[in-house]
Amino acid sequence: MYGLKNDWLYEPSPRAFVLEDYSGAVPRWCPGCGDHAVLTAVQKLCRDEQLKPEETVFVSGIGCSSRFPHYMKTYGFHGLHGRALPIACGVRSRRPDLNVFVSTGDGDCFSIGTAHWIHALRYNMKMVVMIFDNNIYGLTKKQTSPTTAKGKHSNTHPKGTFLSPLNPITVTLGVGNASFVAQTVDWSPPHLYATLKKAFHHPGLSFVRIMQRCPHFTAEVFKPFIEDPTQVLLMTHENGIQVEGAVSRVFSNQIVHDPSDLNQAHNIATNLDHLPIGLFYQNTEAERYDQYTINGLGFSDDQKLAGLQSELNRFSI
Amino acid sequence: MEQLTQPDYQTKKKIAIREHIVEIASDSGEGAQTAGQIFGIISAKMGNGVWTVELIPAEIEPPPRSRAGVSGNRIRLGEKYMTNAGDLADVVIGFNEQVLYSRIDMQAYRPGTQIFLESKWSMDPDPSIREAYAEAVADFKKRGYEVFEVPMESECLKSVVDARRGKNVWVLGLLSMLYQRDMELIKLEIRNKLAKKGEKVIQTNYELLQSGFDWAMENLDFYYDLPCAKRSEAQVVMNGNQALALGAMAAGIEVCAMYPITPATSVSHHLSASFSKVGGFVHQAEDEIAAMAFAIGASYSGKTAMTVTSGPGLALKTELIGLAVIGELPLVLVNVQRGGPSTGLPTKVEQADLLAALFASPGDAPKIIIAPSTIEECFHFMVTARKLAEDFRMPVFLLSDANLATGVQPFKRPEPDPAWLSPPLDQSDWNREVAPFDWDETTGLSQRPIPGQRDGMYVLTGLAHDRRSRVAYESSINQHASAMRSRKMITLLESLNPPQIYGDPEGDLLVVGWGSTRGAIEEAVDRQRAAGAKVSAIHLRFLAPLEPGLKPIFQRFKKVLTVEINYSDIVDEGPVTQENRRYAQLAMLLRAKTLCDVDCWSRVPGGPLSPAAIENALSQHLKGLGG
Repeated sequence: MYGLKNDWLYEPSPRAFVLEDYSGAVPRWCPGCGDHAVLTAVQKLCRDEQLKPEETVFVSGIGCSSRFPHYMKTYGFHGLHGRALPIACGVRSRRPDLNVFVSTGDGDCFSIGTAHWIHALRYNMKMVVMIFDNNIYGLTKKQTSPTTAKGKHSNTHPKGTFLSPLNPITVTLGVGNASFVAQTVDWSPPHLYATLKKAFHHPGLSFVRIMQRCPHFTAEVFKPFIEDPTQVLLMTHENGIQVEGAVSRVFSNQIVHDPSDLNQAHNIATNLDHLPIGLFYQNTEAERYDQYTINGLGFSDDQKLAGLQSELNRFSI
Repeated sequence: MEQLTQPDYQTKKKIAIREHIVEIASDSGEGAQTAGQIFGIISAKMGNGVWTVELIPAEIEPPPRSRAGVSGNRIRLGEKYMTNAGDLADVVIGFNEQVLYSRIDMQAYRPGTQIFLESKWSMDPDPSIREAYAEAVADFKKRGYEVFEVPMESECLKSVVDARRGKNVWVLGLLSMLYQRDMELIKLEIRNKLAKKGEKVIQTNYELLQSGFDWAMENLDFYYDLPCAKRSEAQVVMNGNQALALGAMAAGIEVCAMYPITPATSVSHHLSASFSKVGGFVHQAEDEIAAMAFAIGASYSGKTAMTVTSGPGLALKTELIGLAVIGELPLVLVNVQRGGPSTGLPTKVEQADLLAALFASPGDAPKIIIAPSTIEECFHFMVTARKLAEDFRMPVFLLSDANLATGVQPFKRPEPDPAWLSPPLDQSDWNREVAPFDWDETTGLSQRPIPGQRDGMYVLTGLAHDRRSRVAYESSINQHASAMRSRKMITLLESLNPPQIYGDPEGDLLVVGWGSTRGAIEEAVDRQRAAGAKVSAIHLRFLAPLEPGLKPIFQRFKKVLTVEINYSDIVDEGPVTQENRRYAQLAMLLRAKTLCDVDCWSRVPGGPLSPAAIENALSQHLKGLGG
């Protein structure tokens, strides 16, 4: 405007969010639980992205991981065992303005919610799906989960489990329309954060499996990887998860993996000699169902009434 | 009418009728249903009361000429408004003799029923078919049916190469002569149905129609004279599932999440075809559970959502129903009931999900249950259901059934009202002092925050929770929250009126029904009252909460009897006694609610109860009441 300096103009101060703005109830997870690390990373992500708490929704199922929404100060939906994904898809379906996150676990997603896992991948609606995989049912106290190692003693298999675990990464990669498949660990906060950040910016459903320590029931499972980081295989690429040099030095066992290379992703995921972390696969062009579910959004009452009249005409006598 | 002036009609015997029941029965894929629908629609257009019901086999294309494979329509038409499919057929069109046996098994015919039967089977190259045909015709005659052997196929072949694809329109021509239907109206209807197939196909069908008409003119020496009343109001004609779909559109519902299940699926077929006209979206989920979860998610996000299913789907959704109740999420669940339990009778009529709906969740899960009793109510109850769901912040079940789903009836054209539509998404700032479950201690009602509303952030949880939606770690919280959810049922109940009594407010016998049986019950009551019996009826639309004032009504009758299409033990059958019998579902509820000795008469024949069957039951129960 002529004669007025820009800084004289009235401008409502933008809301600035700090970490506390995302802190909900005090977490009731056990001390030493990997979930705390994920919570911290997610709150940091929300702060860094300056997500409006009222436009952010965390949906979960049942299990330790699914308590997550209670500990965020955003909208949350703590649903039913296995059903986080279809509920999240419903939330997403007509609300493209919301940031949708899902927290689920290895029992919730890979067992009771298997059908939804496969189909949510196929729908590829924009949301971040975090799978807290501690290889056990924690909240119900040490029952075998689909990712529990063969021979592990649990309350449902006291003499050791019979079968080898399911490989969630190969299954996920096998779903035609899966568009973002990553794996990370709770004990490397920088890698965890970088993975979630990349996931958040992915245009579609990002599937992030987080290897998560359960101090009570599976403390020993991840111990070898923590004590000897060379047992972890860091996938690196300019299109992959970018981590600073210090992290990269910790995980010295590395492979250059282009996340558009689905075949190599399969090969890395199938090889169980190491624990691979990083981005297995990304396709930003994959079909998205949420581009269809919003059809007709914002119809006025007049449009609706006119539509109904024309439909009634079809049945008119 | 133009045809009346034709000399041909004048030489024929005119038989005056007040109403008639016509059935068209064929193998699957022969188009009998299309013919029946057109016949019903043009009869309605001409001013007759009409009720059309589909005769559906369980498979898409069962083996031809099989006794259980009947596909077609029953059309009841009359000078008065028709509310049900009636009793015994007057006129039957049979494309083969075998399919008629499934109707005979259902006791659909009477001595004197006129059967117009395709006669080509008498000349079939296969001797066993010729034999079966001859046997059946003899049997039909023995049963007292009047059989007209009609060379449908050879007549059709004069116009088309494949008679299987034309016979339906040909018999429509025959029926048009028989009932003096307006041929121009039929042609218009044919044109509408075949618009996409091109002019040549339309003209061929006109030819078939005329051929059937001419054949009847030439070969029949009688016709029926059914008075048509002039209609003063605009009407629409549709089946119950179409009415539910249009009702969803009128209610401003935005999301329908579903999984295919008979006989509910066609609701979503209609929505899939037209929902976009009102900006709605149909989500076909990966399973019944996901459909419910998707609707719940959409509802949580502030969008009006529904799901549509049938009995087995209801069973799968139960855990999520509990979630919608405890999370106080508005949602409409349409259950088009079929025969159960398990896969049961997938395409057949039953109203046996009342208790499953009422108790469809572990724990105490109060929800509203309403049941439309006509096709018109299917439309309007969707609007009611959506409003109740939002006002009371809870799931509302709408129980329809296969009888309403496939029945076709004309009714007053609804005048859409903006007030029927759901309110716009509220994204204004939330008052942070107001809890997400800010229960009014008297009514249990509360407002809910919607994602996007600043300062309204809360975590909806399926765990027992307090007003702030915090997980209940104290013992008193669950008692209070349960009371608040239950309180809403009382709040709604207090806004309801007692049911209207059909007939006198006191007498010997009161019949209580719900859902699709209303037309048949009231017709049976009419007949009994005409014969001097002191019978009345009430029909419940609200099943949860149950409509108020029932006990005082019951007490003015010597006996109260529910009539329902679900199973109950029949007293004196085998070991069954008054003491050990299991009651029909509404009867069980009414006994618990009113402490009155409510009796029941219920059957599960896989079809609607006919007025005659109900009338017979009423007269049995009236005996011994002393009059």
